[in-house]
Amino acid sequence: MALQHLLDSSVQERGSHVAVLEGSGVGQIDYVTLGRLSDRMRDRLATMGVGRGDRVGIYLRKSADGVASIFGILKTGAAYVPVDPTAPAARNAYIHNNCGVKVVIVEKRFETAYREELAKLGPVPHMIILKNTGGGAHLEKALEGLNTQSPAPAVPTANSAPDDLAYILYTSGSTGMPKGVMLSHRNAVSFVDWCSETFEPRASDVFSSHAPFHFDLSILDIYVPLKHGARLLLVPEEIGKEPLGLAKLICDHNISIWYSAPSILSLLAQFGKLPERDCSRLRMILFAGEVFPIVHLRSLQRQVPHPRYFNLYGPTETNVCTWYEIPSVVPNDRTNPYPIGKPCSHLKSIVVDPDSKPVARGAEGELCIAGSNVMQGYWAMPEQTAKSFLLDDGTGERWYKTGDIVAEEPDGNYRYVGRCDRMVKKRGYRVELGEIEACLYRHVAIREAAVVALPDAAAGAKVKVHLSIRGEKRPSLIEMKTFCSHHLPVYMIPDVFAFHESLPKTSTDKIDYQTLQNLA
Amino acid sequence: MIDTLAVKQIIKNYILSEFLPGEDPAQLTDYTPLITAGILDSIATLKFVDFLEQHFSITINAHETDPEYLDTIERIAALVHSKG
Repeated sequence: MALQHLLDSSVQERGSHVAVLEGSGVGQIDYVTLGRLSDRMRDRLATMGVGRGDRVGIYLRKSADGVASIFGILKTGAAYVPVDPTAPAARNAYIHNNCGVKVVIVEKRFETAYREELAKLGPVPHMIILKNTGGGAHLEKALEGLNTQSPAPAVPTANSAPDDLAYILYTSGSTGMPKGVMLSHRNAVSFVDWCSETFEPRASDVFSSHAPFHFDLSILDIYVPLKHGARLLLVPEEIGKEPLGLAKLICDHNISIWYSAPSILSLLAQFGKLPERDCSRLRMILFAGEVFPIVHLRSLQRQVPHPRYFNLYGPTETNVCTWYEIPSVVPNDRTNPYPIGKPCSHLKSIVVDPDSKPVARGAEGELCIAGSNVMQGYWAMPEQTAKSFLLDDGTGERWYKTGDIVAEEPDGNYRYVGRCDRMVKKRGYRVELGEIEACLYRHVAIREAAVVALPDAAAGAKVKVHLSIRGEKRPSLIEMKTFCSHHLPVYMIPDVFAFHESLPKTSTDKIDYQTLQNLA
Repeated sequence: MIDTLAVKQIIKNYILSEFLPGEDPAQLTDYTPLITAGILDSIATLKFVDFLEQHFSITINAHETDPEYLDTIERIAALVHSKG
């Protein structure tokens, strides 16, 4: 079954029930309208030449219009490529140009800067412009406007094959530019089916959508509730990091299944005053993307004891691949984070040493995953793709190398140890330190740049930059942060800048990261 | 109600002392992006909102904690002023 078909039975059975509700109060959309609006988007895209195998960009704030657009794109047989609406236009233009989108659905407020950046890279793709977003109404208006110019005859919904591309999610790239993770219908649907089996969603559930659509947590957020005829509540961006407002939203809207990175749950535990509210409808709290500091997990569970808590682990390349249910009471004396758990029932795992040989049970090594969740590869990066897999010569099976070091505990759960490369997680987002360095080297005053990460309980990691400059004039902290904000999403902007005469070197004249890491 | 210049100076002094230690005060202008340039992260923003509410005896609503209202000293002063 293809992703677009997950909606079909819910449209039939849950027609007038709310499918997507915007927590900002701007609007909502029922199942019949979602089905109809996505059909109209499908038809319009088809007249613009979009079909099986094409890519269509989405540059919208999170909204019912965005959800309808996603399904409309899938219904043509194309893949959607969402971008971070808060990231610099240059970065988003790079992403859409990189994967050769045929059309982009873009919000008016982003259009001018985005077009300018696209024009620097090559031919500008066709655009469907929405004046605003909210409740699907602006998408409806945009499509009607186009229809008065030229009608879009109805076309059948594509029957995508399991290995057809469904979406491309771009993540931080170590060489300086983001890289596109290609995910198929098989990848997504096998994950959604595992969610159905594990969490047993009900039509009466209200799911939160806290993660943006370019983050892989959104795959559970969007497709699991809509498959089951449940309701999806889009958390407004301004409330997303505001614990008091968020606590109110969760309780007022009777959210029953919450899914997010741990950092916002830590903020809720510290500042959300949850015990003052009725969260009795909340029955599951799922978290993924980074380690949840035990002090905040314990505090949250004390304040909201009745839901089941699940730790989900998995890179974008596999979506969730291991899982662990937190005990109903986190002991007072526990200081270590909980394990990342055991592989999902439909996947296989193995732990290998640096020579790619399986380690002895209990020893530390790199976690590798095989099965239907595993990505097809990175867009237009065959070498990088090949390097990220181990190939079993006997079976031909591909194992994705996660880059995460784990050790299997006696009970079979994997304990997370650390990374074997220069990637860190900040508020759940992947941050390649190399990408930050590449950005810094674009500044005229910077001669050398080295980025290290220091552990931070609240954010996951604090990014510290060590710099040496050309000339005499040291750029100010404000200047450096502002410069970075023109090239990087806000979560990748370094926290601390330290200036040196020159950076320490190893005996082979490379920057000595170890020494920098150990500096106070 | 104290005047806008005084409000801006209070805000500027707080931001410099809490979030930009050692920075040249002249670098922080009325239009320096605070949230969108990562000078105020999520926790810093919460702390800052708390300061504004306490110092100016105002209430800041959830939707007023995003960059549209808090990204620059100019906007923050306008928000404070709007609370009468």
